[in-house]
Parts: sequence; C-alpha cells; structure tokens
Amino acid sequence: MARITVNVDGMNFTHEVEPRTLLVHHLRETLGKTGTVVGCDTSNCGACTVLVDGESIKSCSVLAVQADGAEIETVEGLAAADGTLHPVQQAFHEHHGLQCGYCTPGMLMRSVCFVRENPEPTEDEVREGLKGNMCRCTGYQGIVSAVMAYSQTAGEQEAGR
Amino acid sequence: MTTTSDPTVAEDEQRPEIGRARLRREDERALTGRTRWTDDMTLPGMVHLSVLRSPVAHATITSLDTAEAARAHGVVGVWTGEDLPEQGAMPTAWTVSDDMKTPPYFPLSVGAVKHVGDIVAVVAATSKEAAEDALELIDVDYDELPVVVDPLAAKQEGSPLVHPDLGTNVCATWGLDSVTLGTGGDAAAVIREAESDPDQVVVRRTLRQNRITPAYIEPRSIVVDPNAEQVTMWSATQVPHIVRILMSMTQPIAEHELRVVAPDVGGGFGGKLQFTREEALVLLVARRLRLPCKYTETRSESMQSSHHARDQVQELTLAAKRDGTITALDVDLTADMGAYLGILTAGIPLLGGFMFNGIYRVPAYSFHCTDVFTNKTMTDAYRGAGKPEATFGIERMMDELAVELDLDPIEVRRRNWIRAEEFPYATAAGLTYDSGNYDQATDKALAMFRYDELRAEQQRRREAKDPVQLGIGVCTFVELSGLAPSRVLGGLNYGSGGWEHSTVRMLPTGKVEVVVGTTSHGQGHATAFSQIVADELGIPFDDIILISGDTASSHKGMDTYGSRSLVVGGMAIVGAARKVVEKARPIAAHLLEASADDLEFVGGKFSVKGTTSGVTIQEIMLSTWLAHDLPDGLEPNLDADFTFDPENFSYPTGTHLAAVEVDTQTGRVRVRDYVCVQDVGVIVNPMIVDGQVHGGLTQGIAQALYEEIQYSDEGQLTSGTLADYLVPAAPDVLRYRTDTTVTEATTNTLGVKAVGETGTTAAPPAIVNGVLDALRPLGVTDITMPCTPLKVWTAIHEASARATEGQVTA
Repeated sequence: MARITVNVDGMNFTHEVEPRTLLVHHLRETLGKTGTVVGCDTSNCGACTVLVDGESIKSCSVLAVQADGAEIETVEGLAAADGTLHPVQQAFHEHHGLQCGYCTPGMLMRSVCFVRENPEPTEDEVREGLKGNMCRCTGYQGIVSAVMAYSQTAGEQEAGR
Repeated sequence: MTTTSDPTVAEDEQRPEIGRARLRREDERALTGRTRWTDDMTLPGMVHLSVLRSPVAHATITSLDTAEAARAHGVVGVWTGEDLPEQGAMPTAWTVSDDMKTPPYFPLSVGAVKHVGDIVAVVAATSKEAAEDALELIDVDYDELPVVVDPLAAKQEGSPLVHPDLGTNVCATWGLDSVTLGTGGDAAAVIREAESDPDQVVVRRTLRQNRITPAYIEPRSIVVDPNAEQVTMWSATQVPHIVRILMSMTQPIAEHELRVVAPDVGGGFGGKLQFTREEALVLLVARRLRLPCKYTETRSESMQSSHHARDQVQELTLAAKRDGTITALDVDLTADMGAYLGILTAGIPLLGGFMFNGIYRVPAYSFHCTDVFTNKTMTDAYRGAGKPEATFGIERMMDELAVELDLDPIEVRRRNWIRAEEFPYATAAGLTYDSGNYDQATDKALAMFRYDELRAEQQRRREAKDPVQLGIGVCTFVELSGLAPSRVLGGLNYGSGGWEHSTVRMLPTGKVEVVVGTTSHGQGHATAFSQIVADELGIPFDDIILISGDTASSHKGMDTYGSRSLVVGGMAIVGAARKVVEKARPIAAHLLEASADDLEFVGGKFSVKGTTSGVTIQEIMLSTWLAHDLPDGLEPNLDADFTFDPENFSYPTGTHLAAVEVDTQTGRVRVRDYVCVQDVGVIVNPMIVDGQVHGGLTQGIAQALYEEIQYSDEGQLTSGTLADYLVPAAPDVLRYRTDTTVTEATTNTLGVKAVGETGTTAAPPAIVNGVLDALRPLGVTDITMPCTPLKVWTAIHEASARATEGQVTA
C-alpha cells in the first residue's frame, strides 16, 4: 500500500492505495467521485478523461500513485458553486451535445483542455482534438457544434478580462 | 396560479409545445456528473462478482476445480453450473416456426461451452479485484471440439454441430410469399418466365451483412439487493419490465417479489434489449448469499458476450421489365444466430422479411429464411433489427438493376415507388403503409445535394482518370417501426404484446406526474413527453415530470426498442391525459355552474363556450383534492390510466444521398457530403429528432465503412476490444445535411412517425452504393461491408487483374 494525496476539484484527499489501483478507480471507488466513468479497458473510449495538473488524461491509463500530489479537475468541479453551468457545459446543453450522457464527462474535460490549447479552432481541428473520445449517440455533430460555440465564448471571456 | 389568459405570461409560452426545439431537461445532471449509473452504486455489505469465460469456441468441460479459488483472499463463494441447480434456462421470447430448435442455455454453462466468452463459473468476493484474482485460480480442462463459424458452412451436411443433441445446425426455417398471403403473384414463376423473355431482365446477387455489435459506451452493470420486501435489481437495461417478467418466469423468484430498476442507462441501441445471463447470475448469487451483489462487465467481456447483430447472407433475385418496372423479388436468406437464442434472436430476420419490398410496388414476392447456429456469440436486435438488413438488400439490388438497364439510380427507383395518391398501400409482404410522399422527399434531397452538378463532376473525374474517384450513393427507404399491434405480434408467435401504458396524475398544487412504461437511455423522453402533456393539458412544460424505468413506480410497460417510445408510449400518454381532462370536465361544470356539454377546454382552461371566464385544470385539481364541494359520485382525484395498442406499425421514410470519394491508390473512402430528407411525420422536438438522425447515420456509416466483429476459423474473436473494433470517432464522420418533409401518420392522433432507426437503415446502402458507383468503371461490382481501405484496394486490383487477363485471353 502507498499513501497518496490528491487534490480533486479543490479538496485534498489522503488515502492508502494499492499500487495497482488505477486513478479512475481511486476517484470512483475510494473518493466517491462517480461523475468520472469507465467505458473500456484499452484507453480507447475516453469516458474517464479528467484534467491532471491542467492536462487532459484518460484516468484509466494512470496509476493512482502516479497522481500523488496532483491537482485533478473532474466534471463534478466544472459548474460554479451556485450551480451556474460552466460555459462548456452550457454549450453542450444548447447544441444537443449529449444524449445518454455517458461519454459526456470525458468529452467536457477534453474540450476544456483542447480549447485552452487551441482557442480558435476550425471544425476539423475540433474533430481531431476529440478523436480520443468516443460517443455512440450523437454522431458528434452536436458535440462539435458545442465545442465550436464554447471556443467562441471562452475567447470572448478572455478578451473581456 | 397562472392561467393561459394571464397577460403577464409571455406570448412565447402560449405557443404549442409540440414542434419546439426545447432544450432537454435531462442534460443538467449528465453535464454535472450527477447521473446515477448502475456501476456508481454501492450498498452496505455489497460483494462483487466476476465471471470466468471460455477461452475456446467449442469444448466439453472435462474437469472444473474451484477449490483453490474458493480459499483465496476475500472470496465469499464460487459456483459452477453444477453448483447452482436452481438456475433456470434462459428464455427466448420468439418461437418463429414449428420447427424451431431451442438449445439449452443456462446462466452458467453445464458441461460444455459453445463460443468464446461462454460463462463457466462465477466468483463473489469482497472487492472486484479479489474476485478477478480468484478467477485465475479456477482450473478448467477443456476437450476441444470442431468449430463452425460460417453460416453457409453450418448449413452443409457433415458440418460440425454446435449442439450435437439437436442433430442439425438449422435453428428454424421461415418464409412468406405473396401467393399465400393473397397479396400478389408467384415470384418463382415470374422469375422463370422473365429468364426466357427478351423484354425482361433477371438480376441475381449474393450480399453479405457484416456482423457488428451495438457498442453502447456504458458497460452493462447489475446490482441486486436481496434484503428488502422486494428483491431490488438495478440494471443497465432498456427493458426493466421484460427483465422482471422473464426473470420470474425462468428463475426462482416470483414476479411480485422482484423490482427492477433501470437508473441512468448509457446507450442501448438494442444492445441492452436482452434478459442477460449476468442479470440472472447476480440475482441467484445475491439470494444465496443474502448480500447485495454487483457485477459490471469489462469492455472485452462486452464484446464477447453482449449480443452481436446482422450477420446474414442474402441471395436475391429481382426480375424487371426493360423499362425498369419490377415484376418479382425472391429472397433466400441465411441468418447467423450464433450459439444460443436471446429473447428476439430468431425473429430479427423475420422482421426483415416484411421489408425487402422497400418503398416499391413489387407484384410478386417470396421470402425464405434459414436460421443457423454457429460457434459465435448470439445475435439479436441492433438499431433497426432486421430492417436495415432488408433495406440494404433491396437498395443494393435497385442499383444493380439500374446498372443492368443503364438507367439513373434515382430514375429506376422513381419508376417503381408507391405514389402519394396510392396510400394507404398494401404491400406484397402483407403490410399496409399508411402515408408518405416519396417524390417530395426525393426532389428536396436532390436539390440540396446538387445531384446534377455532382454527376457532372463525377464524369470529369472519370475522363481525367483522377486517382480519387467520386461516387454517388442513393438510398430511398421506408422503415417498419413502432413495435407493435399486439395481434400482429401474436400472429408471428412473438411472446409479448405490443401495447404501452401510461398514467397521468395531477398533483394537488396543479403539477403533473406522467408515468410511462418506456424507458429512456438518451432519447430525451422526459423532455418530449412533457411537451406532449403540456399541450394536451394546457399547462406549463415546467409543471410536468416524467416517471419511468422502475417497475415499482412505472408498474406496467413494454419498454423501449423498435422506435416505439413516441408512437406507442407517446400515444398512451395522450390517451391518459385526455382521460384526465374528461374526469375534470364534470367538476369544472359544477364549479362554473354550467352544463358539462357547454364547456370547452382550451389552453388548460374550461370555460363556457363564447365566454372568457373559466377555471383552469390546475385550479380544478386543487378543488378536487380539497373535495369539499365535489359533485355526488365523483372520485376526488384527477388520475387516469391508459393502455394504447397501436393499430399499425409506423412507417417513416426518406431519401439519403452520399457523395463519397474513393482514393483508388490507397483504397480509402471519404464521405464528402451526406444529405438526407426524411418524413418522420409530425415532429415533437426538432432538436431531438436531429440528434437521433445524426446518431443513427453515424452508426449506419460505421457499418458500411468501419465496424466488423471478426472471428478466426477456430472461433476466436479477433476484434474483441475497442482497439480493434473500430467505432468511429469525430474525425471519421462528417457534418450531415438533413431536412424533413411531413406527411402525417394516419394511424395515431398526433400524426407522429418514428425516427430512431432511420439512420442505421438507410446509410449502409447509401454508402456502399456510392463506393461501387465510384469504382464500377474500373470493373468493381461488389465489396462486402465494411468497405475498409484494404478491401477496396484489393477489389480494384482484382478487377484490374481480371481485365488484363481478359485482354490476354482475347
């Protein structure tokens, strides 16, 4: 067992973990952060994507012990404390970027990171940027529209600061 | 309390809800990670199950030793088939013919395994990891047996037998023809005659439907709590009502002792329309242990054991006059069941049997199907279920006919399709299409697509011998949706009705609970159904909530599959809402001191005809709850139940056009443009309809270009993860251009048709027709799905080799 501390959505958690525990299982099972979900066992689907120190990573491809000391952002920390949706969440809502919602947490976290890296993407760049995240419901059209809209909102907010 | 005559209410809120692109009320929980998937659940004292699956396709189990696993750290129990004598056989709900053979199929296999992934043992432990570790300590000896994976080979004499006791791999044979139905002529005779008639042509083709899998993103998960008045099962299922009844009919639990809940469910597409062995196993173990139990499959397990779909060989014969008019169609189908029968397995190809006529006037039709067993995972429903297969068959044949007669593929279709004035139209397959206008949708699609310009570009590229050739793919389709009139299902030996149930309950404060038997897994029922009720009762959208997916609260239902939620479930809701209004009418009359016959109900308010004063249904509800002043003999409630049994299926139609670019040097296919114009009847929520169309198109394109479940000759699954089974990602598909035309359904009061399965039905033939259209000048006449770069490249080179050989011999 190894003792690790992670900061998840602004709160510190210290636990003993088995060295083989994946970060996604640590988040879900030990910390009860079930907003992040598991879709496959080959790191293909992207449903478990979270931000680790600002980088979007598939939390099934990282051991919990590797995240010791890291700052982790999950879907559960995106909205404001008063419930106001984050602009990326609002964009997915307005552009029908989700149906069943299972891939949505990973899609949102990947989108946040992607737009930070590429604030003015083309539609093709958005599609490339999301290629590690699978959605079986939407055909991606709503998702791509949402990310395009979000990038504009994010850009305007940046300009307004 | 607000009334619709209140001038403070914005004009916008007085518009009908039906037709509005309401943003979904389902979204917020999913967007904020506050959904409750089954695998999120943890109960006190819960243990975790893992199952041991067969690594071989066909074998006798000669020994099975679980002793070491039972002693392992954290393990609380291990069971094999022999250790669970109370397990009942898994049911199939569709006995398609008198000759159908149903092989033994238990939650845990007994004595033998029939496909890779077949279940051999189950372990319960204090953690998932401990359960998985213990699996490795189970010692199994397999005596391997000969394997059959190809459905045509399985039909042959002397083929290895999947179930030797049955003495054959033929599960069932089933057919229909227009002579017996009295709907048309003798197809075989017409085809024979056509063969010697210079004024007719006969086109014969053998087409294959690739084996694919629904690949929902949420793995299946089950939690059972045996320690309550009712044993409660949470399952990632589309069909909680069906699971409950089949569980109680086959396993040791009575129906009233079991509650099944489908909480948030991540995708379905037919893949979660099943009563699974894993559900039975979790229940059996939980009752043995008297502890809550959870099982969640891994993706690899899902690929091995949740059902697959399609997998057909279609031998098609189409006869037509030289002007392109169809005279007969004969279909001889071989359908791969896999090793076992799920609840609908044998019925899927039968559903297709009704749809091979497509939207065309076929004067003579015959269909014959042979269902066969192979050493593969069982097949069952996947978005469209039998109809995409049929649509592929007829739409590919229409293109072949066009090539044979040197006609434009649109023109050959136009000469055959049912005209607007001919509806309702009785087909040779015995269905009655209620409404449609194929010219209208097709003309609109052609204009959006700029068909003539693309044909000109195609010609230029052909003449220039451009390495990237352009192909235009066409599919004009009709879908059989909205399962279904109960007596029709009865006539087909389907072991269920096709009705749907709803309860509409007015609450004292004027809010409304709508209970319905269909369950949502992404279709937006809570939003769309609330829109319907808002219009029916004339109350605000936000005053309505939907209750579904739990057999304890949504106590009757037939669940969600076959695009039945709106056209059957929605109509049950309409019926219940209208009963609520009629219950309120005498109370309104009493309150207004008027005759009930003089009242009109408009915009949520009863008023005396010709006057403006009145009382809202919400005000009536409060008064009914108080019950201080009710007319004699009236119950003090405004609740109503309605069970809707449809009189017909629903027939959405449309025209799909694909522009595909095929790189002849690499074999890569790129879909450059995709236009579809569909008639799905009256649209409740256009945003949700668009989403359903986009998702279906993507899955349909994926069947045509990317997805295939593959087995080796030894029955090993060689596409068993998402790393080697290619579910498309965002860069693999394009932005679709969609539009609609509306002919109202005449078989329901809202005029709605279905939409969920149109994309998977129409896209595969549109894409494959496009790929072949690009390559026909190079001598390529067929490529089986999926049209991968390797297959396309190989087809080009084989065609070129044939041409060279032809020149040499000449």
